[in-house]
Amino acid sequence: MSPIIKIQDIHKRYGLHDAEVHALRGINLNIAQGDFVAIMGQSGSGKSTLMNIIGCLELPDSGLYKLNQQNIAEFDRDKLAQIRNKTIGFVFQSFNLLPRTSALENIETPLIYAGVSNSERKRRSLEMLKKLGLESRKNHFSNQLSGGQQQRIAIARALINNPSILLADEPTGNLDTATGEEVMDLLVSLNKKGLTIILITHEHEVADRAKRKLIMRDGKLEE
Amino acid sequence: MSWLACLQLSLRALNRNRIRALLTTLGIIMGVGSVIAMLGIGSGSQQKVQAELEKMGTNNIVVRAGSPTRSGVRGWAGTATRLKISDAKAIGKLEDIVGVTPIAQKLIQIRYRGTNWATQIQGVTPEYISIRRWDLAQGDFFTQQHVEKASHVCVLGHTVAFELFGFKNPLDEIILVKEIACRIIGVLVTKGASSWGRDQDDVVFMPITTVQQKIMGKDYISRILVETLDRDTALVLKDDIRKIMRERHRLTPGQADDFRVHSRADLAQASEESAKVFTWLLGSIGSVSLLVGGIGIMNIMLVSVRERTREIGIRMALGARYRDVLAQFLLEALILSVAGGLLGVLFGIGVAEAIGYFSDLPVFVTPRSIAIAFTFSVMVGIIFGLYPAKKAAGLQPSEALRYE
Repeated sequence: MSPIIKIQDIHKRYGLHDAEVHALRGINLNIAQGDFVAIMGQSGSGKSTLMNIIGCLELPDSGLYKLNQQNIAEFDRDKLAQIRNKTIGFVFQSFNLLPRTSALENIETPLIYAGVSNSERKRRSLEMLKKLGLESRKNHFSNQLSGGQQQRIAIARALINNPSILLADEPTGNLDTATGEEVMDLLVSLNKKGLTIILITHEHEVADRAKRKLIMRDGKLEE
Repeated sequence: MSWLACLQLSLRALNRNRIRALLTTLGIIMGVGSVIAMLGIGSGSQQKVQAELEKMGTNNIVVRAGSPTRSGVRGWAGTATRLKISDAKAIGKLEDIVGVTPIAQKLIQIRYRGTNWATQIQGVTPEYISIRRWDLAQGDFFTQQHVEKASHVCVLGHTVAFELFGFKNPLDEIILVKEIACRIIGVLVTKGASSWGRDQDDVVFMPITTVQQKIMGKDYISRILVETLDRDTALVLKDDIRKIMRERHRLTPGQADDFRVHSRADLAQASEESAKVFTWLLGSIGSVSLLVGGIGIMNIMLVSVRERTREIGIRMALGARYRDVLAQFLLEALILSVAGGLLGVLFGIGVAEAIGYFSDLPVFVTPRSIAIAFTFSVMVGIIFGLYPAKKAAGLQPSEALRYE
C-alpha cells in the first residue's frame, strides 16, 4: 500500500541574509495509513515547521510532498484550505479554541467552511459532543472550561469533518499528567479505529504511546 | 460557505464587541443623519424658491418695444413706437401658446365726483386676467365685444376702488378717464406688491381699443404679454417669438432687435440653479462627516484584524478560504455601515424635523435624499471595509497561528 504521506528531501528557510534560519534540511518521511507517529525534538529543531508543512499551512521551499498521492505543490491557496478542512484535523498545545465562542460553535466551524447546512451542523456537532461526554458544556465559552475539556473540544473540532490525518502539536503540553494521559488514551483509541495520527512532543512517556518514534535534530529527521 | 453562515459569523463577531460596534456605528449614524438633515434644508429652500417662482408666472413671456443695443441714445424700454396689436395677433398663432394680450398703458388722473386719483390705465384684451391668474372680487371683466366696440367700460384694481369709493360699491358707477366717462363693470381681488415692489392693484383695466382710440390717440402698444404651456415651452418660444418679430419688423441679419423679449423662465432657472447648488453644498458638508464615519469603520476593522490575527489563523487551519475570511470581515464592516445607515436615516429625519420645528427654515426630506444618504453609507462600508478584509484574508496561515 502506498503511504498516505510521502515526503522527499524537503527544505525550508526563514528570514533573509544573516538572519536566515535553515529550519528543514532535507527531510524524508513516509507515513502509512493508520500509523501513529511521534516526532520528538528540542524547541527550534524544526518539528513545528515540519508539522506546518504536513498540515498544508505553509509550503516547502524545495522537495516533494505528496498527500494521498497528490502533489501539494500543484495546489492553489483555496485547494490547500480545502485539504485543511476535509483531510487534516489540527490539535494544538494551546488548544486554540475561538475566543468568546461556545463549545458547540467551535466544533461546527469546520463544517461551516465545508458548506454544511445549519441544521446538519448542529446535529453533527451535538453528536460529537455526546461521544466525548461533553454535552453539558455545549454552551460554555473556552474560558469557562478546564484545560482537559478545552483540549477534548479541540479534538472534537478536529474530527468533525472525518479527516484521514490528525496533526497534534504537543497536545498534552499545557495539561497536567492525569489529564494528559486521558487525552493520549483518546488519541490511541482514535488510532485504533484507523485514524492516522502525527504527534509532536518532547515527553518520552507521551511519545512511547505512539507506534513509531522519530527524532528531529537541527532540521533533520532520525528514526 | 453560504451567505447565511457568513452572516452568522459576522454577527457573532460583532456581538462579541458590542460597545465597540455601537460606537463605530455612531459615526455612520451621525454622517448619514447630517447628510439627510442638510439635504432636507436644501430641498426645503429649493421648494420655497420654486413656489415663489410659480406665483410669478414662470411660463410667461413679455415682449417690449425698444432696442437692447448698447450704441446710441435709447429711450426707456416700451417708449419706442414699434409694437402693434397685429404683432400680438401674429404671436398668438404660434403653437403651445395659451393666451396673448397686447398692453397699452398710460399714467392718467382719473376722477369720480369730488375725488381723483393718479393711476395706470392699461388697455388689454379679455385674456389678460386668465394669463395673470387674477380673479374678480365683484362684477365681470370686459369681453371681446367690448374690445371690438371700443366700449367705455373699465375694471378697477383694488387700490383704485378703495381710493375712489372707500367701502361703497363701485359697480355701475361712472368715472372720468381723460374726459371719457367709463362705466365700472368689475373690481379685481388684491394681488399685492409685485416682485419689484410696485402696487399691482393700483391699476384700471380697459379694452385696448378704447385706450388706443379714445385716450392715447395712437395705434401702438407698450408690450405684449404671452402665456405658454409651461416653463420649458416658454424657453423655446422665446426664440420663436424673436424670429417672428424680426420678420414682421423686416430686420436684416445685421440689424439689432428693436424690441425685447423677456421670460421669467430664465430667472426661474437661475434661481433654481442656485438653490440646487446650495443643496449640493449642504449635502457635501454632510457627506464629509459620513466620510469620517467611514474612516472610523476602517480604523476599527484594522484594529480588529490585528487583534484577531490568531483567530484568523485558526479559521484558516480549519479550512477557511481566502474568500471566506474576506467575506466575513467585509460583511462585518457592511453590517456596521448598513445598521448605521438605517439608524442614521431615522436620526436625520428627526434632526430635520427638529430644525423645521424650532426655526423658520423650510425643511423637506425627500425620499431621494434618503436613498442617496443610505446608498452612500453602504458604499462607505464596502470601500473602507475592503482594505482591512483583504488584509485579514491575505494573512499567511502559519504566521497568523503563531501570532501572540
